[in-house]
Formats: sequence, C-alpha cells, structure tokens
Amino acid sequence: MRAVVTVTGKDNKGIIAKVSGFLAEKKVNIEDISQTILQDFFAMIMLVDLSEATEGIAELAKECVELGKEIGMSIYIQHEDIFNAMHSI
Amino acid sequence: MFTNFDVLETIQMVEKEHLDIRTITMGLSLLSCIRDNAKDTAQKVYDLVCTKAEKIVKTASDLSGEYGIPIVNKRVSVTPVSLLCAAFPKDAPLIAKALDDAAETLGIDFLGGYSALVHKSTASYEREFMQTIPEVLASTKRLCSSVNVGSTRTGINMEAVGQLGKIFKEAAFLTKDADGIGAAKLVAFCNAVEDNPFMAGAFHGVGEADVVVNVGVSGPGVVKKALEKIPDANLTEAAEMIKRTAFKITRAGQLIAKEAAKRLNAQFGIVDLSLAPTPAVGDSVAHILEELGVSTVGGHGTTAALALLNDAVKKGGVMASSRVGGLSGAFIPVSEDIGMIQAAEKGEITLDKLEAMTCVCSVGLDMIAIPGDTPDTTIAAMIADEAAIGMINNKTTAVRIIPAPGKTVGDEVSFGGLLGRAPVLPVHGTDSSRLILRGGNIPAPIHSFKN
Repeated sequence: MRAVVTVTGKDNKGIIAKVSGFLAEKKVNIEDISQTILQDFFAMIMLVDLSEATEGIAELAKECVELGKEIGMSIYIQHEDIFNAMHSI
Repeated sequence: MFTNFDVLETIQMVEKEHLDIRTITMGLSLLSCIRDNAKDTAQKVYDLVCTKAEKIVKTASDLSGEYGIPIVNKRVSVTPVSLLCAAFPKDAPLIAKALDDAAETLGIDFLGGYSALVHKSTASYEREFMQTIPEVLASTKRLCSSVNVGSTRTGINMEAVGQLGKIFKEAAFLTKDADGIGAAKLVAFCNAVEDNPFMAGAFHGVGEADVVVNVGVSGPGVVKKALEKIPDANLTEAAEMIKRTAFKITRAGQLIAKEAAKRLNAQFGIVDLSLAPTPAVGDSVAHILEELGVSTVGGHGTTAALALLNDAVKKGGVMASSRVGGLSGAFIPVSEDIGMIQAAEKGEITLDKLEAMTCVCSVGLDMIAIPGDTPDTTIAAMIADEAAIGMINNKTTAVRIIPAPGKTVGDEVSFGGLLGRAPVLPVHGTDSSRLILRGGNIPAPIHSFKN
C-alpha cells in the first residue's frame, strides 16, 4: 500500500532528516520526494510504500502528528487513494 | 495521478476549511425481530443492533486515521418502529428503550427510526404509536423520531398533521428543563426518503437491504473558501466553482462509503450530497450565500442564491458518486449554523423567508425555536405549509421546530453541541385552527397521476 506524507510549516533546518529518519525507523520506503519553499513556508510531499512498515497507517498517522508537534510542523500520512479519489476522474 | 498542488489542497480543506465526512450511518432492517410481544421483540432489537453495528465506531475511527479525513458522526437508522409494534403499539416504548440502550452500548450519539409512515391515512396502531412519541423523546437520550405525513402520490394526511402539532408541543413541554430538546429530536416529513443518513429524520425504509451503509458528506467551509478565491466572478462561474468543489468533497465521501460498507459487511447504500452546517465558525451554509453576494442571509436574493448553491452541489456530486440518495442538498437549520444564528439575532431572517428558502433547497424548517405558547394548531399549520411545498414540488420537506417552553421572542434556546443555539423567532399570531380541525386529506396534486 502506498501513502502520501505531507510536511508543512515554517522552514527550518533538519526537517527532511528528522522526517526521513522517523520513516526509516518504521521501515517505510520513500519512493518519491519533492519539496518547495515559498517565502518562509516549507512544503514537502513524499510518496511512500508501506508494504514492509512495522505499523499500520492509522498508527503511523498518530505518530506523525506527535513528531510534527516536536519539530513545529504539520505532518500527515494518508492513504494515496484519498487524493486519487478527490483529484482525478 | 494527483499533483503536489492537489495534495496541499486536500490538507488545506481538512485543516482550515472543516472538510469532513459528516456521518456514516448504518441502516438496519429490524423486521426479523418481530415477536408476538413487545418484551421479546425489544430483546431481539437490542441484540441485532448491537451485533450488526458493533464495529461502526471503530471502523469509522480506522478509516479516519488511514485517509486523514475526520468522520464526525457514527449513527444507526432502523426500520420504522411503528411497523414492529403493530400488534402492541402501546408497548412501543419498550422498543424505544432497547434502541436507546443499544445506541449507548455502541457509543453513538443518535439512532433514528422511532417513526411512522402515515402519508395517506393513519392506521389505528399508528395513531396509538404516535401518542407514545413525546414520552419516548423525553425518556430517551439518543433516539430520534420522524413521521411522514404526506407525499406527492398520496396528498397530505391532515389528521396526522393535527396530531403532530400536539406531539411537538408535548415533546417540548416534557423536556422543558432542557429548552424543549425533545422536539429537536422529532421531524415531520413530506416525501420522506428511505435512505437518509442524517438525523433526526433518518430511518431505514422497508425497500432497503438488511444492512446498508449510507454516508453523508459535508463541507460548507470548503465551498465558501473556493468562492472567496473568485470574488468578482459572475454567477455562472460561481456555480461552476461550486460544482467542482462539490465533486471533490463527494469523491471523498464515495471512497469512505465503499470502504466502510466493505469493512462492516454491509451493502453500500448511497452518498448523500448535502452541505450540512455546524455551529462552528467556518462551517456555515448561510455564509456561502453571503459570499455569493447577499449581505445578510434572509435578505432579498437569498432564495435565488440558495437555489444556485443547491443545484450546483447536486450537479457536482452526482458525477462523483455511483449511487446518490438521501436528502442531497443544502441544509438550512437555524440553530446549527452560525450565519443563520447571527441573521436571526439581527432580526433579518424570519419564518416566512425560511419557508420560501425551503422551496429551493433540501428539506425544510429546521431547528427553529418559536415561542412556547404557540398553539398546537399553528404548529400543525406550519407543518401543513411545508408539506404542501413538498407535495406540489415533488421534493422532500420537513419540519423540526421547537416551541421553547416558557420562552418568547427575545429569549434564546441552547442545546449545546451539534444542535447549537437559536434566538426564539416570532410566529404569526393569527388563528389557523379551523383549517387544521377540519381534518381529512389534502388530495394528491394532478401531476402525481403519471401512470
């Protein structure tokens, strides 16, 4: 199963390292990654594969929120189907 | 495949614009629970509801976690209870208690279906069943009731309309310590639908499968934000924007509905394409109408703006879902919509304007507090007016009105939570009792004879 990880907030040092470190620990494989910075606003979107993940997506989602609080960012992980459903016909 | 922009748009909708799945409602047929007495029937009812809907709360929570979309309400609708009690209508409160207990066990806030379908005539067991409604609404917490008093095919059963006027008053009076909340759990319908997932009017029709999952989507905040991006657009462009937004919202609902049905071993029923407001700021249907250009909802032009909104929501939603049903349209409850509350406080929205608005949107006079001393025949006349609009226009209309005990114009009722708060609106002081006391039926309109 694939999911989308979104990290948004004020730009800061080490965001990618912290998030990718967390994902590696949970055996989540990053397939694609893109990042933009608009003025001070940081947005990173990752497409990840959860087939070998150590936890279910709902559990990961909770931990992402916690991690987000720690580093002062909004972090979500969502099943990719929600975006396919909403944004393609 | 989606783009980064799409991903961020969805996140924005959830984070800032209150995008959510408003309700996952499991419809359950209780016909198999009928036994020859109320006690055994009640036991069967409790067991069936608790077994079939056991996983509804957990499933909703799992789906919400996986897809990152909040699912606000988890609910159950059941076969109209009057049908289960035809042999023992006076004992119907035993079934009510079983349903209320089951809702508590499941951890859901509302269960709908303490209902009767009397759109042509009232059978004797239904008359007795309806008499139990006020007491049941006062003695239960989670149970909702509805009565269908008319339809385009049958006309309007004015005896039932008259009886309902009394039932609304009594339901409010028996819950006078809570601003008459009993009446807020009761709906009078014309052209009631069998697959409505929204409370208080949800019941599970006899034409439905055993176990069905219906989903109601929402998202007035998302529509308003989309319109804010094009402040100078003409109305054709605004309608297009609403359609596109409704499409996206509904696709999310369709996905959740199909997945929920699979996990709950139920049939996927319908997606209800409704814009349902809550009292939260940024979740108001009234504010969409104001964004379209009516300075205060209730002013001239409100009905036109609402007609545009309601139609565009349907057009966008229909293409996004394989099965559409329920009420599908914009809701205009007064106490549950911060924009409506504000307009009511300013005196800009009146019952007459609300009635006009119900001609072009989903449902009807919804969550409106009126003076507690309003005569039951006046309430019945309001129900008759709404039913007539529904009957003639081939649409569902409803009345959920609260004659607030001991309160009058200038006072406020407050139910808390999703039911919100509302100032008491004035009603016409003129007497309508002669019309109501005539009884009989308002015959079905000529355009109902289509065979």
